[in-house]
Amino acid sequence: MDVILQQLINGLSLGGIYALIALGYTMVYGIIELINFAHGDIYTLGTFFSLAVLTLLGVSGELHGWPLVGTAILTIFVAMLLCGITGVLVERLAYRRLRNAPRLAPLITAIGMSFILENIMQYWRGPSPVPFPEVFPNPSFHIGTVDIAAKQIFVVLLAVVMMIVLQLFIYNTKLGKAMRATAQDRDAAQLMGVNINTMIMLTFLIGSALAGAAGFVSGVYYGSTWFFNGFAAGLKAFTAAVLGGIGNLAGAMLGGFLIGLIEALTTQFISDQWSNVVVFSVLVLVLIFRPSGLLGESLPNKV
Amino acid sequence: MKPRYQALALFAVAIVLPLIFNNGSFVNFLTDAGAFVLLALGLNIVVGFAGLLDLGYAAFFAIGSYSFAMLASPQFGIHIPFWIMLFLASGIAAVFGILLGAPTLRLRGDYLAIVTLGFGEIVPQTFLNLSQWTGGPNGISSLDQPTFFGYRFGFAVLPYYYVMLALIAFAILAATNLRSSRLGRAWMAIREDELAAAHMGINTTTTKLSAFALGASFSGLAGVAYGAKLQLVSPDQFQFNVSVTILAMLVLGGMGNIPGVILGSLVISSLDRFILPQATNFLHGVFHLDIDLTNSRFMIYGVILVLMMLFRPEGLLPSRQRAAELRPAESDPGLAAQEQALYNEVTR
Repeated sequence: MDVILQQLINGLSLGGIYALIALGYTMVYGIIELINFAHGDIYTLGTFFSLAVLTLLGVSGELHGWPLVGTAILTIFVAMLLCGITGVLVERLAYRRLRNAPRLAPLITAIGMSFILENIMQYWRGPSPVPFPEVFPNPSFHIGTVDIAAKQIFVVLLAVVMMIVLQLFIYNTKLGKAMRATAQDRDAAQLMGVNINTMIMLTFLIGSALAGAAGFVSGVYYGSTWFFNGFAAGLKAFTAAVLGGIGNLAGAMLGGFLIGLIEALTTQFISDQWSNVVVFSVLVLVLIFRPSGLLGESLPNKV
Repeated sequence: MKPRYQALALFAVAIVLPLIFNNGSFVNFLTDAGAFVLLALGLNIVVGFAGLLDLGYAAFFAIGSYSFAMLASPQFGIHIPFWIMLFLASGIAAVFGILLGAPTLRLRGDYLAIVTLGFGEIVPQTFLNLSQWTGGPNGISSLDQPTFFGYRFGFAVLPYYYVMLALIAFAILAATNLRSSRLGRAWMAIREDELAAAHMGINTTTTKLSAFALGASFSGLAGVAYGAKLQLVSPDQFQFNVSVTILAMLVLGGMGNIPGVILGSLVISSLDRFILPQATNFLHGVFHLDIDLTNSRFMIYGVILVLMMLFRPEGLLPSRQRAAELRPAESDPGLAAQEQALYNEVTR
């Protein structure tokens, strides 16, 4: 029982990372119906950007109190900003021209962009894993027989806060309303005076910025990263988005936590080697039996 | 010259080529490139003809290779002859194509792409994990060498080259005939407009399923021939990179057009083997730059995918019909010409 509880905690914190990435997939899919393949790599870029900021600040070990809070906020902010810009650039370069092309076309350029970003990271930081400084002090909280690390609380809190801010933005601001209108019917939104190019850029900016935040968190959580990290993580986060119902923000969050739990439990009870196989099998099964996801609405065929 | 004679002339060249340039590593390169031509022809049936984006095609290649490795090697002491394995492995790959396709082909195109990608990750990982049967990360080695009427192939590469060439000839014939068959026209109808095709009485599920199965069977052939030549299979030969490499061959050459696909795969294979190392040496020798371009091959494939889809989505050697579809219908005079081309293609 303790083992299960412990793995539930681990799964939740893992799921926080997937949830943050899944939000980007789901937002982009919601607005232009494209699986943004490069999104996982933008997440890895987030880790590398955070690492660069920490190196600039000269941080290489544990921090406490205000320096910790300041460093974390600054690093997350810069990583989010740079990732957001990268996401917008990717959209501008690889997707915008193909907005009215057959759906296959932007999907193929998305794979191409993913390969390009991976290689850029490989040039930048080399092909082997790069260590990430342990900035968080590591007092574990013992509740009964279960250990909760400070960084685990941080991951879940950050994911939940980001999610709430995003929900407020999408449902309570004028810009958010314009984004929802664009997602619902691009042409009608344009007729109502919404600049859809701006809205799509904004979607990529926010989605990629969230991936950047996830990148920082992942560095803190795993203590290292490498250029190819985003491939599997991106695929899992996409699974999370589909599981929750693609296009649905709360669904992405739910899916993220569920995938984290599934992965943690597989690692504990079957083996580490099979966790990817299990997660991707979940993806296949969800798509077969409930393609609209847990919280999504089913999409009619468009003529 | 009619296309048929052009093809025969090219094959005559391909037959004498290794006799003229009798250089082991060159023939070795041609044989490896041949395996990728086979794979590209198979993926072309799925992506080019039927318009279904399969991102896990390497999984079927893996299944073909591993079937051969398990049924024709000391691994289990089973030694089924190479020639029978060609049929058997392509059959096994086709069965897996149906197993994957049957539940998933109802999905919309981009979901299908992701499911196949997931499948492409699951298969090599499974072969890696089931190490008691598959040898795990080391794979299975010393596979059976084919014999032909008592002639044992051994380690020289030339016989494998001719086997590969024969398989390619067979694949081209099969693909050409499929393309103009009732089934092939149904694939293209689905590719253009699935809903309209369904309304014309095409059973979209079985039609798509047959594209999956036939495409997979080609990779079964490639898997057996490649495994026999290499004498080894291991899980790292079938990663996602391989699927994307084959996709890049299609996109570069021209999806849906058989000569285009062959050209694309030959260009990418020689890029990998000759052009990048040569360019690296050139940069080093002339500009004293230490850039190893061979490490950048996936960067280059990525750039190819992006630039081709943006500026020439129909590929270097396009099929007229595919070009008409992939170009967004913005310029009216061009559109009329494209429709005429489409009309000519259909009524030819």
